[in-house]
Formats: sequence, structure tokens, C-alpha cells
Amino acid sequence: MKARVTVTLKSGVLDPQGKAIEGALKSLGVDGIASVRQGKVFDVEVPGSDRGAVEAILREAAERLLANTVIEDYRVEIVG
Amino acid sequence: MKSAVLVFPGINREGDMARALRLCAGSDPAMVWHTETALPAGTDLVVLPGGFSYGDYLRCGAIAARAPVMDAVRAHAERGGLVLGICNGFQILCEAGLLPGVLMRNAGLKFICKDAYIRVERADTPFTGGYRAGQVIRVPVAHGEGNYMADSETIARLEGEGRIVFRYTAPDGALSPDWNMNGSIYAIAGILNARGNVLGMMPHPENHIEASMGCTDGRGLFSGLGRHFAA
Repeated sequence: MKARVTVTLKSGVLDPQGKAIEGALKSLGVDGIASVRQGKVFDVEVPGSDRGAVEAILREAAERLLANTVIEDYRVEIVG
Repeated sequence: MKSAVLVFPGINREGDMARALRLCAGSDPAMVWHTETALPAGTDLVVLPGGFSYGDYLRCGAIAARAPVMDAVRAHAERGGLVLGICNGFQILCEAGLLPGVLMRNAGLKFICKDAYIRVERADTPFTGGYRAGQVIRVPVAHGEGNYMADSETIARLEGEGRIVFRYTAPDGALSPDWNMNGSIYAIAGILNARGNVLGMMPHPENHIEASMGCTDGRGLFSGLGRHFAA
């Protein structure tokens, strides 16, 4: 199965990189953007067709390595 | 004192660290590769030096924190052995869960490479016996991710239990946002674990140990460690 783990900063955690990107978009003249938060996306392939089992593997991967849960949240989704 | 310096791919301060241990603590360290599963028998102090382990991929220290040798470091800490992490070593200890919190991107986004003034908050730890409480020392920093952060409960506990060991200050020891160069909460430059045997700090005392470096304020950390085990 193809899956995606998305890691984002928890709300309330300062994101200076997102702020810098936000500033750069403004200076490019890309209007209408209120704010930007930067995150990470992991595209993962997992053999097997049991959605529950695949999600469990991905949650373990996120908890143990992909996300630092002190400051980050993660989301797991099966994409195909 | 029997010391060991861990070596991960991408670490670059291990030579400086070994020299500081030899010159100031009288301890010739074993250099231990990250794939080892045990520390040399009788190791008193394990040091995780600075650098850019695994190219800072994923998050600084994240991959090194899961290296085979870290299980041995965890067991060493559980036995009460001393662990010192400097710069990337501090980041690795946080990622490994041996210290609380996380080191985020510097508030000003820039990599900071200059001397910092840090105040030694306590002299009654195995790591700081070479200093006086309240003493301000000048030590270089070189990092892009040194902005210490933890949840408010953890910060309150660190403060309440006296586990904030070093803070960024002005040269006269005054706290000031101007001198807290990376934006760390409570100007934290170094912390202890609850048991008091694991210390992490961002500045590099190993780079201020000889007159030729222009400053010897870093010697106290290593000489204090040496004396702790000699006593």
C-alpha cells in the first residue's frame, strides 16, 4: 500500500521557518496568504493490504522516529 | 576517570573533546563507534560530542539517537554513570529521551558561530565542580538549532528542581534577551536530567581550554569532572 505520513508543528509552537516563507511570499507579491506553517511529508510503501495493520506500522514509525511528539503532530493516511 | 567519546557519522568535535579530556581531566578516552553495542568496561563518563550526525537529516540528532550504541548509553545512565552531551550531543540526548525537551531552529534563523557568555547556576554537580555558582564563563557556540523548548510543565520542573545548569547572560551575568542569542526559553544553555547524572549543553567548553585559543574558561568543566572521580 502507498501511504503518507504528514508531520506538522503543534499549534502554539513557534515556526520561524514558516514565518520566513510567509515573508518571502509577501515580497514576491503572492497576496491573500494569511500565514504559513512548514511541515514534512513522508511517502511510504508498505507491503500488505490490511489497512489497520498498515496504519499501525505507520503510527509506530511516526511515534518512534518520524515525529518528535514534544513539538510535532502527525497524520497517517493510506493513499492507494 | 575512565571516559568514552562516542563517534557518529558526521560528528566533527570528537578530536577536540578527546584533547580536552586528556589535557584538563587527565583521562585518555576510548573512541566508541556508533555501531558498538557495549561501552568499554568500567566507563565512568560517556561524552557525545558536537557536529552534524547524519547530516542533521530528519531532525538534528534524531537518527544518531536511535543508533545501536545508545542502548548501552541508556543502560550506563540507568546505572548512575555520567553522560555529557555537547551541541549535537545535547540534541541527540533530547531525541533519545535521556533529557527532556527539544532544540529548535534558532529564533533568528541564522547559524550562530561566536562566543557566548553563560552563567554557571550550580557548582554542586559532578560536571560543574570546577566553577563557582554564579560564575560567568565565555564559551563558543556554533549551532543552527539551539533554541531550547519544552512544555510548560517540564520547564517548571527544570526550574523548580534546579536542573537549569547554564544560562545565556550578558558578560556581567545579567539575563537579557539581547544575550540569549538563540531564543531559548529561560535562556537555557544547559540542563540536567532528574537524577543529575546526564548533562546537555549547547556551548563548546572543549574549544576554550588553552591559552592559544584566547580563553581557558572551558577548562573547569573537564577539570571538575576529573576531580569528581579523583575525590
